[in-house]
Amino acid sequence: MIGSIDPILLIASLMVASTPILLAALGELVVEKAGVLNLGVEGMMITGAIAGFIAAVETGSPFAGFVAAAAAGAALSLIFALLTQFLLSNQVATGLALTLFGIGFSALIGQGYTGIRPPATPRLDLGPLSDLPVIGPILFRHDPMVYVSLALVVAVGLFLRRSRAGLILRAVGESHDAAHALGYKVVRIRILAILFGGACAGLGGAYLSLVRVPQWTEGMTAGAGWIALAIVVFASWRPGRVLAGAYLFGGVTVLQLNLQAAGVAIPVQYLSMAPYLITILVLVVISADRSRAALNAPAALGKSFHASS
Amino acid sequence: MLRLERRPTPSRLWTAATPVLAVIATMIAGGLLFALLGKPPVEAIRTIFWDPLFGQYASYSRPQLLVKAGPLILIAIGLSLGFRAQVWNIGAEGQYIMGALFGAAVGLAAYPADSVLLLPAMAVAGACGGFLWAMIPAILKTRFNTNEILVSLMLVYVAQHMMSAASFGLLRNPEGMGFPGSRNFQQYPAAFNGELIPGTGMHWGVVAAFCAVIGAYVLLSRHILGFQIRVAGEAPRAARFAGVSPALLTSVCLGISGALAGLAGLFEVTGPAGQITTDFASGYGFTAIIVAFLGRLNPFGILLAGLLMALTYIGGELAQLMLNLPAAAIQAFQGMLLFFLLAFDVLANFRLRLAKGARA
Repeated sequence: MIGSIDPILLIASLMVASTPILLAALGELVVEKAGVLNLGVEGMMITGAIAGFIAAVETGSPFAGFVAAAAAGAALSLIFALLTQFLLSNQVATGLALTLFGIGFSALIGQGYTGIRPPATPRLDLGPLSDLPVIGPILFRHDPMVYVSLALVVAVGLFLRRSRAGLILRAVGESHDAAHALGYKVVRIRILAILFGGACAGLGGAYLSLVRVPQWTEGMTAGAGWIALAIVVFASWRPGRVLAGAYLFGGVTVLQLNLQAAGVAIPVQYLSMAPYLITILVLVVISADRSRAALNAPAALGKSFHASS
Repeated sequence: MLRLERRPTPSRLWTAATPVLAVIATMIAGGLLFALLGKPPVEAIRTIFWDPLFGQYASYSRPQLLVKAGPLILIAIGLSLGFRAQVWNIGAEGQYIMGALFGAAVGLAAYPADSVLLLPAMAVAGACGGFLWAMIPAILKTRFNTNEILVSLMLVYVAQHMMSAASFGLLRNPEGMGFPGSRNFQQYPAAFNGELIPGTGMHWGVVAAFCAVIGAYVLLSRHILGFQIRVAGEAPRAARFAGVSPALLTSVCLGISGALAGLAGLFEVTGPAGQITTDFASGYGFTAIIVAFLGRLNPFGILLAGLLMALTYIGGELAQLMLNLPAAAIQAFQGMLLFFLLAFDVLANFRLRLAKGARA
């Protein structure tokens, strides 16, 4: 029964299942490194999911879908940026508002798009390479977004650790007052980071509706955005660990789906709880070690910046 | 160029005025949104805000006001205590579901009991269910420093699956021909939470909500615990020196809000909803967050905000029928309300000044 699960297919589908969370978590990582806590990831993801879906269906091009999704995610995050950076609203409350609004808004514009199949996203075909046993399905037969997300991990890592702009971004996240005193534009840098986070969350959402599912249903992100937030904490704000975290959760999701399909004698509902319970468990393990958890957290995370104060 | 100048203390006038401004702004922006959807904007707004109270079908929809406002107020009161102390319980929806499950389980286990004590016993079980569910993030926060926002939210999804498992398994109606869902409490008089005064929508959950408003007011204005909650939120360091234990406060805030959300769930399942089903959870736990903020975390403000939000629910349903407005529109509308509220809050905390020349 359990033997019917193919480990190679499991790994290949794990990568697909993880990509939406990975994209969203990478975006949020940059946002939090700039000292901003955006709890609206879920809202931006689902808005990206529907925006990408509509654009892909209407134009027939999945690529246009992903572009539209990134734009929609960024547009929604712009609301968050305006509220928290110029009007100095509470970041926790604003992020929640973003999620609540995003879920309602996506359901609103998504009417009439349920039950449609989006245009298929082409997969990489490297001929003999893709046909290799074991390595082929795992490495060379995915759709482009999987490779984009992996490239983004490297890019974000290099940007934060090796580039001057990344250093400035981290400075803003550690102490906005010091960064301001040095003449850096705290608000501008943070807005750019928030927009980047929104675009990434939008891409992640579109990956769900265009590749992973692929369909549009209301509330289809089902907490993926919140899991992405948890992964950033889990990864102690390091891009490489975000990758590990996302693949771990993708693995759990795929495994429980496979167990459901294999007909294990546990009711479906209990298996479906697994990704959420594992998220909690991992959060506990990570945060229990106070010294390590606090070490990497941006010091100014979630604090509003006002130049006069 | 406009410049913001921090006020020494938040302006009382603006604190009270911002919710009103936010509602007006939401009406305007909502009207624009509806116009974009090809619906007559003025009529849509009137259908949502005016018709449920004074329109053609008002005699039907007016009692619904209390039915919808009850759970919202009950949950929002609990949340507001935590929000004041910077304890972010986002998972009220999960606690609401667990309250309904626990309470319903007690009632169904006693089936077909006929005792006046049954409903109170179920209410206690419901409060316990919500309390215990909220204690998970509380204990993880106080013992392992785990973020309560993420844990309480993850538990919402777990609770939803529990609800689904219960309606297919443990609590399924044995006489339900195999359909998912529990026995209907409307056919179980001892456990039924019906209208207390016919035609008003008043049921025990609404009574509990009013009691919670008064209780929270007394707690915040007269009791040491309420004082500690306020200090911990406004000046955490001062609170530490005053001997307020952050761990205890976190547990108390999460515990109270969990118990109240659980109560709301129990009164909903035994009354308006009638049974445990897969789609029992209707998002009250999330809307209550908006209610808490809209009510300025003030008990009487929450009472008004809860009634207003209930109005948008009923008006939204009415607009669905009359104008064919999509159900989700009202959710977007409520989210928008919170945006405007947070945006206008700047007026309470800052003074707008016209800055001339060089910036400070």
